[in-house]
Amino acid sequence: MSTRKWGAALIGAAALAVAGLAPAAQPLKIGFVYVSPVGDAGWTYQHDLARRALEKQYGDKIVTKYVENVPEGADAERVIRELAASGHELVFTTSFGYMNPTIKVAKSFPKVLFEHATGYKRAKNVGTYNARFYEGRYLAGIVAGKMSKSGTAGYVAAFPIPEVLQGINAFTRGMRSVNPKAQVRVVWVNSWYDPGREREAAMALISQGADVLMQHTDSTAPVQAAEEKGVYAIGYHSDMSKYGPKAHLTASTHDWTGFYGKLVGEALAGKAQPTNIWGGIRDGMVKMAPYNPAVPQDVRDLVAKAAADIAAGRLHPFGGPVKDQGGKERVPAGKFMPDDQLAVMDYYVEGVQGQLPKK
Amino acid sequence: MRYLSPLLAAALTILVGYALFSALGRDPLAALHAFFVRPVSTANGVAELLLKASPLMMIATGLALGFRANVWNIGAEGQLILGAICGGGVALHLEGAASGWGLALMVVAGALGGMAWAAIPAFLRTRFNASEILTSLMLTYVAALLLSYLVHGPWRDPQGFNFPQSRMFDDALLFPLLVEGTRLNASFLLALAVVAAGWVFVHKSFLGYQMRVAGLADAAARYAGFSATRTVWIGMLAGGGAAGLAGLAEVAGPIGQLTPSISPGYGFAAIIVAFVGRLNPVGCALASLLMSLLYLGGEQAQMELRLPAAITGLFQGMLLFFLLGADVLINFRVRALRRAGPAAASAGQAA
Repeated sequence: MSTRKWGAALIGAAALAVAGLAPAAQPLKIGFVYVSPVGDAGWTYQHDLARRALEKQYGDKIVTKYVENVPEGADAERVIRELAASGHELVFTTSFGYMNPTIKVAKSFPKVLFEHATGYKRAKNVGTYNARFYEGRYLAGIVAGKMSKSGTAGYVAAFPIPEVLQGINAFTRGMRSVNPKAQVRVVWVNSWYDPGREREAAMALISQGADVLMQHTDSTAPVQAAEEKGVYAIGYHSDMSKYGPKAHLTASTHDWTGFYGKLVGEALAGKAQPTNIWGGIRDGMVKMAPYNPAVPQDVRDLVAKAAADIAAGRLHPFGGPVKDQGGKERVPAGKFMPDDQLAVMDYYVEGVQGQLPKK
Repeated sequence: MRYLSPLLAAALTILVGYALFSALGRDPLAALHAFFVRPVSTANGVAELLLKASPLMMIATGLALGFRANVWNIGAEGQLILGAICGGGVALHLEGAASGWGLALMVVAGALGGMAWAAIPAFLRTRFNASEILTSLMLTYVAALLLSYLVHGPWRDPQGFNFPQSRMFDDALLFPLLVEGTRLNASFLLALAVVAAGWVFVHKSFLGYQMRVAGLADAAARYAGFSATRTVWIGMLAGGGAAGLAGLAEVAGPIGQLTPSISPGYGFAAIIVAFVGRLNPVGCALASLLMSLLYLGGEQAQMELRLPAAITGLFQGMLLFFLLGADVLINFRVRALRRAGPAAASAGQAA
């Protein structure tokens, strides 16, 4: 390399160093990729609530952009790449199916920090974050167990993947913690969002004697069905009370505000690192929505105590003994189920009716 | 005039879009720029456009052959999924033993898979006279569930934490990239080949002529001794084969594995593309470019102007609406008719 080129390189490096020291004149650009339209309830809506909270918290220090309704598949990679290429330094990809595209794009943009929700692949500039939704399910189970007269709850579920099974099982265990004879019936709708099928599933469950509905799907159809039929429902993702003022007892909701706020604060300080977070009630990622007046104070107290115990680590939704549907002991008494076993859950616990769809 | 109507429709769409963006309080020129210019202002953007257009191009060309002959294959989405399953299944079983023939085998398997799925409605139509519109559409849901079963069950990645997805395919089994640094791969050439083959079939072959006659005048075709059964079979298999290829090209291209959702509705969007393209293979190719531009533009409009995603759907809908509207007004003259006395009188009494 000639002297002149060395000189140019030095000047360039000095310029970069100065730019690094100078206070950030440009706002930090943050991109979000959403799998569904934002709407006014559901998975994506909760992420967007947190995005709006970021704008409030950091004002003109940041600019946020989002692209909604991006299908999991070939399109995701283009959108993620476009966000990275157009100067977004922090990109949140908020659906499991964005995992491989996120990893692929991250290789070409080493300076951009990517955060992928609910996945398991990480890289130098790719972090993951997820919430222990099952903790909220356990609390919802307590409410359901106390409020159900028939002792049978209905569960509208999307796909038999570990996250959904954790939810069904934690809900069942929560319910049986206050009513040992409680039963949970499950209907699979094979979709994350399909109001028509969710409604049909809810109706079928009600006709089978379920008087509290729980859901692991994205639409408000099950809550609406419960309202119509005069039974109770517990919402998921968002507070769905306006879709069932009488039926909606509470909801197990996600709150990403704290996580996004903290990470963006670190990014503004130039200290953001890829995360590996699986947060729960203690981290404020899982919360219960306000209660329906129909829920008596003693039930609220019971749930508050369980929540405090879970946060303090005294109570675990999968604290032993955990028996599966066939009676096989999965966790011995006195132990908690470790995370690696939670992550691959593929069975029903005692108290869930029916068979898991065959592999 | 027939060939001018797509241009007229595009012009009207832009005009109404202009009014719409103004009404939304956005700078309409900036919005139209984001929609139609920004996506293709970089080499990578053009590559993305061609990548996105490839499956639409293939499927629309295949469907158009049938549509011309009044064979209404609405189930290309399902045939696409079957192509992905068959081609992807070959890829999963070739894992580790990848040779140069692997990809070729996958292409054949993909096309055959799509054809096999289309053969079911073809058989039901020719044997039992069941409407292929209904049977092909309903088989789409069956195909989606079949894929869901496979990726949740037998083909699930053992290292995938029980998530519903297959292993990633070997790199050797993916379509090679045409331009390094972009995602444009050799499946685009395949799409062009499908369009060329479709053009030759429609314009240069006797069979293509027979199918056109069957579409224009069923009775004349029968009188001339052209086989109606053969028309149905060719129409369905062409659409199915093309859709199968498109499905394979998605999983052996940008996706690289089998997942529960492969296509964002290409099989349905291609129906619009086929009509915007006047059921002509070259027209389908051009229309697929326009359609992809609208998708890409929709994303840009969200990023640049924070317009909602629904705008993309609105634009596509408007385009089709204006196109069909222009066609009606070109082919038919609208006249105000005064109803004859007694009828008008009785209508008045009834009211």
